Amino acid sequence: MARRPYVRKRYWNEPQMGWYERAYLFEILRGMAITSVVFLRNMGKWITGRKGAITTYYPEERRWDYAPGNRGKHVLTQRPDGSPQCIACNMCATVCPAKVIEIDAALDLDDPAHPKYPARFEIDYSRCIFCGLCVEACPEDAIRMVPEVPDFPSGNRGRMWIAKEELLTWRPLKDVAKPYPPKGAAVEVRGHG
Amino acid sequence: MIQDLVIYVIFITYAISVLMGFGTILTWVERKQAAVMSDRIGANRAYLRIPFTQIKLIWWGLFHGMADGLKMLLKEDFKPQTYDWYAYAVAPWVVFTPVLLVFAVVPFGGTLIPGLLFPALADWFGGKTYPMQIATLDAGLLIVFAFGGMTIIGSMLAGWSSSNKFSLLGALRAGSQMISYELIMGLTVLGLIVIYGTVDLDNIVRQQSGVALGWLPAWGVVYQPFAATLFMAAAIAENKRIPFDLPEAESELIAGFYTEYSAMKMGLFMFAEFIEIAIIAALFATLFLGGYNLPYMNDRGFAFPGGTVIEMSHGAVVVTQLVVFLAKMFVLSSFQILIRWTLPRFRYDQVLRFAWKFMFPLALANLTVTAVWLWVIH
Repeated sequence: MARRPYVRKRYWNEPQMGWYERAYLFEILRGMAITSVVFLRNMGKWITGRKGAITTYYPEERRWDYAPGNRGKHVLTQRPDGSPQCIACNMCATVCPAKVIEIDAALDLDDPAHPKYPARFEIDYSRCIFCGLCVEACPEDAIRMVPEVPDFPSGNRGRMWIAKEELLTWRPLKDVAKPYPPKGAAVEVRGHG
Repeated sequence: MIQDLVIYVIFITYAISVLMGFGTILTWVERKQAAVMSDRIGANRAYLRIPFTQIKLIWWGLFHGMADGLKMLLKEDFKPQTYDWYAYAVAPWVVFTPVLLVFAVVPFGGTLIPGLLFPALADWFGGKTYPMQIATLDAGLLIVFAFGGMTIIGSMLAGWSSSNKFSLLGALRAGSQMISYELIMGLTVLGLIVIYGTVDLDNIVRQQSGVALGWLPAWGVVYQPFAATLFMAAAIAENKRIPFDLPEAESELIAGFYTEYSAMKMGLFMFAEFIEIAIIAALFATLFLGGYNLPYMNDRGFAFPGGTVIEMSHGAVVVTQLVVFLAKMFVLSSFQILIRWTLPRFRYDQVLRFAWKFMFPLALANLTVTAVWLWVIH
């Protein structure tokens, strides 16, 4: 079978160039006019003390337009008395794909409704991928994510941990939906027949 | 005799510091200009901290050049297992040295009369005059092309001795591209040589300080606008920068003929490239933009077309010429960087077709028209 000669495939969007485009010099000049105008505009802004770039100079500057649903950093919600709503069930730590959450559970017999609480709750932000699966997994609505981003760009990985005290700084006045009995109150434990 | 030595040591120091300074500054200019052209900020994280204080000098990222140099000095000098280690070691210098040598014949100022400049030393110098250029050679332009052609050998050596297919491909591309565009550079300049009747660069600059067509400055770009465009394009291709950076096209050849180079050897290639930007700017200014002179300016002052003559003192003329030449070099370097960050890269067949089927006939036509025109008016 004789080989057919090679025929270049014709595409539907082949560029249609006249002599003006083919001469190339004029199009070069047009392109350089565009880039020069952008350069001069931005340079004028820089020289007159304004910012000639759309870059946000992180971490000295922060974007103002974080979306309300942005998963910036974690917070632990609190009960009205200030204790973490977390019951140290380790579900978030289990589901975490990056394995960044470390929880040490402890026993608090004064609160019979939630005898287990986290003595240590730490998140390693150098490895966190901000997927939000911990929020999904939490049965107690104890961990959430807020739009603000954590404030430690650093060359040191050891500094990129956030501990329980920092996670508990988020205290809105009206957020926690479930009313909790105060600590030490008599609790009717149901389900024992 | 000793006076000549003193003057030329000063000239050489000046020329080398100008070239090194340009090579360093242009790395910063390239970064910053590219950033500003594309709505970015550009490199600005390197800083110098004043010792014992918390004052950090950032200076718009000027210290990134220092950081780069330090990095290149401190990096591992990787040596590939090549059969031709000598050629491998010598190649960066073969690229770097001719680039510096080209500047020897480029005049960076008019005639210097030290006796007039320093009256205290007038007796010692005794009315000697020096053209401000390292080597006062009649064969100026020929030297430029002779040394310019040597960089091809350097890139070919680098690619051949690296024992790397990418390097070899890059070297092949570099060889064919640079030889093609060397030819076009020569042809475009030939028109100027026909007009000025000399290859001495200082003489060419002096002839450009007059007036053409009644009021225009007699710059080369006025006589040969076409050749100026072609020369600039060919010079950028000669320097292997975008849009002609086929020999080192990252997306195809990693880094082309210097893929196997690291540390300061690779730094020499980069530095040679940046110095060559300044060299091309200096050559273009000398050949087409009146060199170290402002329009209508000569060694004694200004002579405007209306007949107005402004006399200037010798010191003022020397300083003006030095500053004007540096300013022209800087603006033209910036223009080359503008081109580099505006145009996309050619394909390899397009580069050679552009050279031989587009620029070569145009350069020949330009030369023919110039020669015929000169023959008609004489």
